[in-house]
Amino acid sequence: MELKTDILFQIAGIGIFISVINIVLKQAGKEEQAQMLTLVGVVIVLLLVLQLIADLFESVREIFNLY
Amino acid sequence: MEIFQVVGFGIVGTIFIVLIRENRPELARLLAVAVGLIILVYVIGYLRIVLDVINEMALEAGIEPVFLRTLFRIIGIAYLSEFGAQVARDAGEGSVAMKIELAGKIIILVMAIPILTNVLESILEFIP
Repeated sequence: MELKTDILFQIAGIGIFISVINIVLKQAGKEEQAQMLTLVGVVIVLLLVLQLIADLFESVREIFNLY
Repeated sequence: MEIFQVVGFGIVGTIFIVLIRENRPELARLLAVAVGLIILVYVIGYLRIVLDVINEMALEAGIEPVFLRTLFRIIGIAYLSEFGAQVARDAGEGSVAMKIELAGKIIILVMAIPILTNVLESILEFIP
């Protein structure tokens, strides 16, 4: 029963990191790599969010004894 | 005090979302979902205490546990469907949100059928 602050900072860090790298790649004229990087970032953040959703479902199922 | 934690967390999350939205709107949306989920998981832990107290009181009052379990289940389904609909609405998909809410309502209706039949049976007992 604690606030998972680390996941917030992880996602924010990934977002800022990807923005910066994206700008660098665009300046270097590597559009394709920039696109790929965006995709990878979304997938990683999606995995983190998925874990949170599973967490919520599990605790709701446990507390309200749903099947 | 837990409320300071939650409010501080929400403000920090909002700042990050606004910061990221300029360059990466899709990541900002996911971050918004994550902030909501983290707060919800935190708060639902406290809900457990309240539900335990209600359970104890109902046991002492001699209410049939089947009814109480159905009630809790309905509350859980309502929370979940509300959350899913809110996420869909935040992403601008109002129609998907409507369908999620509709599904929640129908499933709640199905779960309430045993209680409804019980009420009708006891009413019929009163009528000679």
